[in-house]
Amino acid sequence: MPTLPDLLFYALAGFTLLFGFLCVANPFSRNPVTSAMFLVLTIISMAGLFVLLQAFFLAAVQVLVYAGAVMVLFLFVIMLLDIKEEERRRLNKAALGIGGVAVLAIAGLLVRALVQATPLASAAGQRAEGSTKPLGRLLFTEYLLPFEILSVLLLVAMVGVILLSKKEMK
Amino acid sequence: METLDQIFVLAKHWLVARVPEPLAWLATILLSIGPLITVFASCFAITTIVERKALGRIQNRFGPNRVGPFGLLQPLADGLKMLIKEDLVPAQADKVVHLLAPFALVVPAWLTFSVLPFGRNMTVIDLDAGLLFFFAVGASSELAVFMAGWSSRNKYALMGAMRGIAQMISYEVPLVLSTVAVVMSVGSLSLPSIVEAQSAYVFGMPTWHVFTPWGLSGFILFLIAGAAEANRAPFDLPEAESEIIAGYLTEYSGFKYALFFMGEYLGLFAITGMGITLFLGGWTAPVSFLATTPSWFWFFAKFGAIIALFIWVRGTVPRLRMDQLMKFAWKFLVPLTLVNLVVAAFWHFSGTWQFPGAIFARWLLGAGFIGGAYVTLGRALHTNQFPPRVYAYAE
Repeated sequence: MPTLPDLLFYALAGFTLLFGFLCVANPFSRNPVTSAMFLVLTIISMAGLFVLLQAFFLAAVQVLVYAGAVMVLFLFVIMLLDIKEEERRRLNKAALGIGGVAVLAIAGLLVRALVQATPLASAAGQRAEGSTKPLGRLLFTEYLLPFEILSVLLLVAMVGVILLSKKEMK
Repeated sequence: METLDQIFVLAKHWLVARVPEPLAWLATILLSIGPLITVFASCFAITTIVERKALGRIQNRFGPNRVGPFGLLQPLADGLKMLIKEDLVPAQADKVVHLLAPFALVVPAWLTFSVLPFGRNMTVIDLDAGLLFFFAVGASSELAVFMAGWSSRNKYALMGAMRGIAQMISYEVPLVLSTVAVVMSVGSLSLPSIVEAQSAYVFGMPTWHVFTPWGLSGFILFLIAGAAEANRAPFDLPEAESEIIAGYLTEYSGFKYALFFMGEYLGLFAITGMGITLFLGGWTAPVSFLATTPSWFWFFAKFGAIIALFIWVRGTVPRLRMDQLMKFAWKFLVPLTLVNLVVAAFWHFSGTWQFPGAIFARWLLGAGFIGGAYVTLGRALHTNQFPPRVYAYAE
């Protein structure tokens, strides 16, 4: 008899996959805005998965950053560029081949990670951090370097955008 | 007094105890949500009539005075009218998104109330990251605005949505940054513990955050950014009726329009409640000898005062222009909130100063820093002359 969290996990995982599929390959609509909306639903389902892991902080950040800020910026760009419904293009054989290889490689990585992962029972002792303080402490001590590198990456992207979008001064 | 303070909590426990055991969880949920919806829906009705009356007085006219005594039944008449109005959907509209947009605004607006402490022991859910939850859920109102504007297939609706999103994204930055100062000094994201941190009294005076230099400036910055976040005048450009009809609401009628209207007011209430919780000591009494009076009374007293302030501002301040709005957010509010963070840190670490008159020195330094930044920024941004006009097609 599956427990309620189990059922919720399967439901949310199913929703994530379903909405993710509808986001990239919606058979009913080729409109980019529809895709973006399905991406929002995907992100919200993923936030639900975080809640199931007791990681409320991560869930809130997921909704705040991705569903809130990033998606709205996507929609903003779509609105500004006035993108029409995408036409169905014929499949490019070379692209299909490369895409297939990439999918296989990622699937291989995932399988490898799953095989090497410690079983859930032994990991139960160190549950996903729900409270904010341990997360902050980890970010600013153990994972300080990756954290700072990520910030620099974002800064580089920002500077690049300003450089590209700024009109040349006379 | 103790009983009066906890009367709603006790009433809930009494009612839950009367419900058969297997259904107790359902009763708990319903008795938490039901009063919340009733109270704030009534607040919405009362605010609309008070606002129309007050705006009428400010503009030297009577305001609604036909329905019931002094026009007090106007909200009922409005609601009835909205209910029986025809629901028009444009032929070209994206029907599903058009239908979902009002719900995408109202449902998150209700959700934000679940973390606010309305009184002692009166928080629906005490989340560890309650403040973050509040902003995460509040951020989805941008999506609702976009859905409404885009699905209507109307130029004015789309322009209103674009303005709305640009404004909400920009003002979310100072809004969140002004709350970070509070989080820094309290050391918690949980709203009940933020209220607890302000519940002490020194010489009979409360220790609210608003009585510190960073708290005072933070509160003012929070109110300004909050008014913009709630699309409140003078930041109501997304629905500037003299420019773009009704913005993203243009193609909405009947009850969907009423839902949008309610969603906006709920957003305002949520921001107000959050401002009270963070800076005005939540449900704590303003003087120590009144500390035994019911906590929920003080919350709603402060609530009413702030709402009255918002109505006053709406009646007296003219609307901004779009470029002014953006410059105000990015060039003025964001730097000031960052300075405010530094002042909050200074206030926190100078708490160990022991010499006599230390409190005055701390106040002077903190307020001087904020005031200096305010004056410098204002001077730097002030340009007295217009750039030379360019007549692109006439020369």
